[in-house]
Amino acid sequence: MSDLVVGQELITGKVTLTRFSLVRYAGASGDFNPIHYRDDVAASVGLPGVLAHGMLTMGLAVQPVIDWMGDRGELVEYGVRFTRPVVVDGNGGVVVTVTAKVGAIEDDVTRIDLTVSANNQTVLGKAQVRVKLHQ
Amino acid sequence: MNKELEGRVFPPTTPYLVGREKVREFARAVFAQSPLNHDPEAARAAGFADVVAPPTFAVVIQEAGLALLLAAPDTGIDFSRIVHGEQKFTSTRPIVAGDELTAILTVTSIKSLGGNDMITAETAISDAAGDHVVTATSVLVMRGTE
Repeated sequence: MSDLVVGQELITGKVTLTRFSLVRYAGASGDFNPIHYRDDVAASVGLPGVLAHGMLTMGLAVQPVIDWMGDRGELVEYGVRFTRPVVVDGNGGVVVTVTAKVGAIEDDVTRIDLTVSANNQTVLGKAQVRVKLHQ
Repeated sequence: MNKELEGRVFPPTTPYLVGREKVREFARAVFAQSPLNHDPEAARAAGFADVVAPPTFAVVIQEAGLALLLAAPDTGIDFSRIVHGEQKFTSTRPIVAGDELTAILTVTSIKSLGGNDMITAETAISDAAGDHVVTATSVLVMRGTE
């Protein structure tokens, strides 16, 4: 895997999140906060709309890297900052896009930086995946 | 927020038995399509005991630790003002179905910044043998009351 260079784009991904996705994630994760499926509750606490769970965005954003890596390595660390909410429209949903680039190569660990966007804004900050790739 | 929380270690959570169907359900919910997440045969062929959970599945076990923190009477935490600021997973190995996992949460830092309080909680998750699996680190931001 020594052919990787810093700045190289590895993979991109695109997921359409709908209210169905949010309800499914609520059930799978156990996070039933109603701001993730009820417009009236979201509005009552001053939110611009029903929001995706931050952990759903984080969870889906790493998948392109997992798919790219396959069995050639393993994930050792994954961290994000939740910088902007992902508003999920009740009709059309929202498209979340992910771009993964090589951020740094540190001995046996490769840092992959994710750019994650929705509604024309980046929604995660410092989204970094550290993987150990087999030689 | 109670500054004396810094350094507090909470008791271990009740062991969580990771089920195969729960892993599959979680994998579908985060759009994880690898056969390792869904097919026990594919997982075994890759050297795992059963289906492999996506990296962020550890949040489900972390949640049990956070519940202990939020239920403690003397924290000064107002849950209605809490926002999830940051999250990190530091992994020794993936979680697989059949794992019996216990979480121990430690409050590693409490800071005030611009009228908000920030609490960093590290949840160390271990298997039935006591070996480390993954540590989930959350930064929770409690917004100020102006």
